[in-house]
Amino acid sequence: MKKNWPLWEVFVRSKNGLEHRHFGSLHAPDAEMAIKNARDVYTRRKEGVSIWVVESKYIKASNPDNNAEMFDPADDKAYRHPTFYDLPDDVEHM
Amino acid sequence: MSTNEIKNLEEIFEAKIARDEKIEPKDWMPEKYRKTHIRQISQHAHSEIVGMLPEGNWITRAPSLRRKVALLAKVQDEAGHGLYLYSACETLGISREELYEQLHSGKAKYSSIFNYPTLTWADIGAIGWLVDGAAIINQVPLCNTSFGPYARAMVRVCKEESFHQRQGYEIMMTLCNGTQEQKDMAQDALNRWWWPSLMMFGPTDEESTHTAQSMKWKLKRKTNDELRQQFIDQTVPQADILGLKIPDDNLKYNNDTGHYDFGEIDWSEFWQVVKGHGKCNKERLNARKNAWENGKWVREAAMAYADKQHQRKTKQTG
Repeated sequence: MKKNWPLWEVFVRSKNGLEHRHFGSLHAPDAEMAIKNARDVYTRRKEGVSIWVVESKYIKASNPDNNAEMFDPADDKAYRHPTFYDLPDDVEHM
Repeated sequence: MSTNEIKNLEEIFEAKIARDEKIEPKDWMPEKYRKTHIRQISQHAHSEIVGMLPEGNWITRAPSLRRKVALLAKVQDEAGHGLYLYSACETLGISREELYEQLHSGKAKYSSIFNYPTLTWADIGAIGWLVDGAAIINQVPLCNTSFGPYARAMVRVCKEESFHQRQGYEIMMTLCNGTQEQKDMAQDALNRWWWPSLMMFGPTDEESTHTAQSMKWKLKRKTNDELRQQFIDQTVPQADILGLKIPDDNLKYNNDTGHYDFGEIDWSEFWQVVKGHGKCNKERLNARKNAWENGKWVREAAMAYADKQHQRKTKQTG
């Protein structure tokens, strides 16, 4: 039987107050080993205080080929931004 | 897809890179871009992995605990760099297994510099100073390369690499301030590593086949000859501080160009080593293959354990 170690995606919180950020991926037999390997591969210099791992196959990603339809609803909604609203210059604190 | 459609996509793609936008793994890319990147990133990863071997050799013989922990940390970094790069490469749709297979079968190349032997402790100093120095010059421009995962991996690699060079130079300094015998050892290491280090930048621009395309894709920002000159210009004064002589009688500062002129590189030696006839090609590849094969039972046992734990869990909850 030949079975390769699955691929895991690694997310690291650099310090409390910040979100976990994607750092890269690695191969490991299970979640516990993935976390241990992630510590050695991605945090050799105190780059993190918390690690998440998730098996890569469970990540569903949007398709960049469909980016136009996917993200164009935001294109014509300038009114969601503060600069859309005209105010005289002497109005302060707004 | 019709040829016209592909041509259109290619134009959009090239324009994107020209605007300094990054290409991410799921984006459309020309087949040649994918292949070139698999080749270059995997070669780079293999170099990190094989690069551990000449130095790992000296861990047990490091002259002090301080030197030993530093060398261990450096070799561990190289393993890490290999892993960052392999996973960046896998995003292009090639598996880790295939990548290893290409290394072990000799189909994929790694940097020829690692096919030279490390004969004395001074070689560890010379490698850190010269080989890592040359690697840094090669790698820094890659932090801005067009393929996102490669660029991100390189940012991490470059951050970690500067300690490698400094620890090497410190070893050289200690030897050069030591006994005559130690100084001779440092000079001997420089003599043997100087020319191979210059070859690390690859063939001359006239001989280099990939430069134009690689420039366009930002796999390269400067040519081989430009990078080599930069390395020489910054390394000569460092050798002067050590009181060592660079083994090149034609090396001379040129007031008109503001650069050092240097002697002819022996390219026949370069091609010999690339083709597998260096001093350690066989030894390195065998060491690598043995490590992989002898570790097989560990990988399988870890997988079997993970499967068993998983089954036990599903039984309990089920």
